[in-house]
Order: sequence, then C-alpha cells, then structure tokens
Amino acid sequence: MNSPEDRNEERWLDEHAGPMVRPYVMTSGRIQPIRGKFDLITLVEATQPAPTSEPGLGPEHLAILRLCQDIMSVAELTGHLDLPAGTVRVLLGDLLDKGYVAVQEPDSEADMADIRMYEAVIDGLRAL
Amino acid sequence: MPTAIKILIAGGFGVGKTTMVGTVSETKPLRTEEVLTDQGVGVDDISGVEAKNTTTVAMDFGRITMGEEFVLYLFGTPGQERFWFVWDEVALGALGAVVLADTRRLADCFPSVDYFERRGTPFIVAVNCFEGARQYELDEVKLALNLPPNVPVMLCDARDRESCKDVLIKLVRHAMGMRGTRPKEPSPT
Repeated sequence: MNSPEDRNEERWLDEHAGPMVRPYVMTSGRIQPIRGKFDLITLVEATQPAPTSEPGLGPEHLAILRLCQDIMSVAELTGHLDLPAGTVRVLLGDLLDKGYVAVQEPDSEADMADIRMYEAVIDGLRAL
Repeated sequence: MPTAIKILIAGGFGVGKTTMVGTVSETKPLRTEEVLTDQGVGVDDISGVEAKNTTTVAMDFGRITMGEEFVLYLFGTPGQERFWFVWDEVALGALGAVVLADTRRLADCFPSVDYFERRGTPFIVAVNCFEGARQYELDEVKLALNLPPNVPVMLCDARDRESCKDVLIKLVRHAMGMRGTRPKEPSPT
C-alpha cells in the first residue's frame, strides 16, 4: 500500500492553480452521498480486499478501499487522503451502496446513558 | 466493530487545542477539512457568473484506541465564531467538551462556554498554564466566566501527557454525572 505521502506526490498539481483535479470532479458534482450519513467518527471497514481496478470506481474510491482494510473513521480517511470531508462522504456513499464497505455509526446522545461506556473510557485513559 | 466516541477540545485561537490533541493521541494529529460554499451570494445575478466564496474550515484531531470495544477521537474545534455551524455537526453526539482557557485572554473562551452551556453538552474548563502567565485562583476564573457551580475548573499543561489525561478523566467523570440530564434534541443554536 502506498503511504499518504506517495499518494500526494501522485496528485496532479499545478504551480499556480493548485490541485488540478477539483473535489467536485471526483464526485461528478454530487454533494450528498446516495446512502449513509457518515459522521466524522463513523467507522468504516472494507468488506473485501481492495481491487486494483473496478468498473464504476474511481482512483479515490480505490484509495479509500485500500485505507479501510483496517477499521478507520471518516475523519481519518479525509486526513489521509487530504480531501474535504464532504467529498469523502459522497465517495463512501457509493462504496456502501455497492457493498464494498461496512459502517458502524456512533451512538446518539440519547444512547449515552450506559455507565459502562464512561467507565471503559476512564480506564482507557488511565492506561495511557 | 468498536464504537467511536468523540470529545471536543475548544477554546480561543492559539490556546493549545492542537497541542492537547497531540499530547494524548496515539499518532500525530491529522487534519480534516470541510469546504464551505457561500451559496447565498449572487442569487440575483443573471450573468451566470456567480461569485461564490469558498472557505475551508480545518480541524485537527487524534485517536486513542481503548481495547476492542471503544475508540476515542479528540477534535480541536475551529476557534472562529463564524464557523459555528460546523460545530453543530461536530458537537452532535459528543461525550463532552474541554474548554481550554488562557488567563491572559480569558474572554476568548466565553463563546465556547456559552455554546456548550446552551447546547447542554457536558463541559469542563481547563486553564492552560503558559509559562509566565499569572496563576489565577481557580475560583477567580470561575467567577469571571460566570460558570454554573457544577462545572469543574482545573489547571493543566497541554504539553504534559499526565496533565491532559487528568483533564480528560475529569471531563468523563463530569459527563457520567450528567447522564440522563441531557436534552434529547438539543435546541438549535
């Protein structure tokens, strides 16, 4: 797998204009994912090994699949890919719709009454 | 898959939010960006060349893995008031928030305190002790910020891991005590 630095070097940059491939090109102009909500801490995991190429998937889709062979949050994906969160959400929606990824949404505030969660976080912090 | 939890680190510009995120996270802080387009501009313009302003709002964040079941993310929220609509998204579902304060510019943290109070998000105030800064009495800070009596205020050093751990543990304890008192649907801000 390429490191994030390698991928950055592959990006088509223009000295004056900056990145030549604009985020809206990667999403074909779409601003909403076709499926899923994708909070910044929604966890994503690929359901299969990343293909080298696949009809209907762009290079950014494939880059996401390579990254989330290990469980990763939406925020981490945007950080590693150096893409805006909105763009990554649209791409993830495509992948979820086609069954390439599984997602775990965070608990809502109403569900945060479980004392076990608080205790686990306190223990986790102590162990740092 | 584990469940992800988020804690927000808020406060004024340059108060040490990213430092704190980096001090306790297991990796170097990453950055996530949201590109915002001001679509309200140019709606009456029939020339078809509408002037759209785009702004990028960046947030630094880090991760702490807690066994098999939970993974904690710390988000340094953008300091500028005009980006608060981004906060609403980030604040939704947050376990709680740390408001970092600098006694030399205490007023900088007023907006954050105000925001979390209104939203009903559990928060604590941590006074980052910059070298050379006057060590205010914590009660004095509490008074100046007009905080409700139950909100913990403590001193910290954002560069020190143990100190940051103490801050986060204090926050989680405070949030645990507020269980069941949080509004189901936070009022829009």
